Amino acid sequence: MSERQANSMLSAESLQAIDREVAKYPADRKQSAVMSALRIAQVEKGWLASETIEFVAKYLGMPPIAVYEVASFYNMYDLKPVGRHKLTVCTNLPCALSGGFDAGEYLKQKLGIDYNETTADGRFTLKEGECMGACGDAPVMLVNNHRMCSWMSYDKIDKLLEDLGK
Amino acid sequence: MTALSGHGVVLDGIAGENTWRLEDYLKRGGYAALKKIIAEQIPPENIIAEVKKSALRGRGGAGFPTGLKWSFMPRAFPGAKYICCNSDEGEPGTFKDRDIIRYNPHALIEGMIIAGYAMGCGTGYNYIHGEIFAEYERFEAALAEAREANLLGSNILGSAFSFELHAHHGYGAYICGEETALLESLEGKKGQPRFKPPFPASFGLYGKPTTINNTETFASIPYIIREGGEAFLNLGKPNNGGTKLFSVSGHVNRPGNYEIPLGTPFSELLELAGGMRGGRKLKAVIPGGSSAPVLPASIMMDLTMDYDAIAKAGSMLGSGAVIVMDETTCMVRALERLSYFYFEESCGQCTPCREGTGWLYRMVHRIEHGEGRAEDLEMLTGVSDNIMGRTICALGDAAAMPVKSFVKHFGDEFAYHIQHKCCLVPHEVQREGSKIYVEHAC
Repeated sequence: MSERQANSMLSAESLQAIDREVAKYPADRKQSAVMSALRIAQVEKGWLASETIEFVAKYLGMPPIAVYEVASFYNMYDLKPVGRHKLTVCTNLPCALSGGFDAGEYLKQKLGIDYNETTADGRFTLKEGECMGACGDAPVMLVNNHRMCSWMSYDKIDKLLEDLGK
Repeated sequence: MTALSGHGVVLDGIAGENTWRLEDYLKRGGYAALKKIIAEQIPPENIIAEVKKSALRGRGGAGFPTGLKWSFMPRAFPGAKYICCNSDEGEPGTFKDRDIIRYNPHALIEGMIIAGYAMGCGTGYNYIHGEIFAEYERFEAALAEAREANLLGSNILGSAFSFELHAHHGYGAYICGEETALLESLEGKKGQPRFKPPFPASFGLYGKPTTINNTETFASIPYIIREGGEAFLNLGKPNNGGTKLFSVSGHVNRPGNYEIPLGTPFSELLELAGGMRGGRKLKAVIPGGSSAPVLPASIMMDLTMDYDAIAKAGSMLGSGAVIVMDETTCMVRALERLSYFYFEESCGQCTPCREGTGWLYRMVHRIEHGEGRAEDLEMLTGVSDNIMGRTICALGDAAAMPVKSFVKHFGDEFAYHIQHKCCLVPHEVQREGSKIYVEHAC
């Protein structure tokens, strides 16, 4: 294990992924990789604790507060623990016209939680999202930020929850 | 997949499993434009002249002439200059860039390489909406193919021209679709818009000259170079060259992207999208994304879909996002949802927007929930007027325009809510009209 890894909060794989992002920008502009670095850290850790943010800051040579500003500005970063599966439902107008509202209500009822809550077993967190740029696929939802689920009928929601619950 | 229809420029009617692949793109005539430029050593100014001739206008929302924008770049400026693509598609109703990246990413890559050549830039970034992460990964895969084929990188196709292109993702902030907020975000900061001037052409990414265009704009470039500016212009109408992707959402039978010549009547677009769901009556349309003023059915049915005609009717073509609402829609509730969006997404930098969007939302919310006051309608317009033109970026205007237009065209419905403390359209009718609708999905 390298010295860098010994002091790392993140796995070697995550660090390599961050390094690939850093390489996209001019050598003196490592800060440009902060959004990716936070995303990679969040995927590994589940959410962004202060220590994780501080680690990313140190890794990119940024003041921790500058990284925190980014983490708190963009709404897909989670600054508090979330369930194993974070479901974000779009309820913006175009989706709402094709069932976005009903899809959200159905999820609330099935999971027994409201928006911004997590099930007692820690499996699911439910969020209401803003436009995801997929309005033609309404109702649309994201699973853990990166997996987009389209045309979510009641049947497909049932199936999704069943698959995720396994 | 999303319903798609194409007229041969940006999406070409394609939406298959492998249409994104380099091999497939080459078979469709891809990279012919770039190869021609390299082989014939076409002078950059000729390329910009061709783009000007095409009357291509920015497809992201503002509709600014692309060729003119390119001519602002100081070609002779020594040192780094940048090209940025704005794929941060978060304007409610807009979902075209996702399909371009998903099905035809090499058209975008080729367009950006040509733009780099024309403006003397060595590096480009494509800023992709964080919510479409699968497309971010696909774009990276397409970039790898292009690098492998020496279409990107050092000495492209054996020439002296080098250009590198990278993908960058957002992570949930509508404001980053504003070009200077996008630059801030690319620099690894909060996405708060910059004061202009200076404009990005003189002070852009890392303080260097930068040109930012929308995904669809770049993806139109290969066609323009391959077929000529005039051919593109002739697809549309004067001052409104080419085809345009329209993202149709809401109460239609087949929501999806439709690429049609600019100047096509709205009624034809509606027909392409399968007509009104359940045969119900059209009530209103937002013709250019949630920030564009809403128009009632009577105006829409006589309208052609191009920048000039829609502007004349009092709205904007914007990003080409057509949100269709039928007679089961409560206009107060529709506006309430949009107003919440702008309140949520205001970056907080300018007081009129930060405070005003909250004020607008709370007022529309109380009207919708039977707590409206007689003076609210006037106050909605007043607050809107006090936001418009008083903020660094256009988000303030974008929040105010829906409010003003909803009140202007559907004022009676708002007055009814205030007077009767309930919706004009019964709740069960609304619910039935906007229930989960996935029948068109395959």
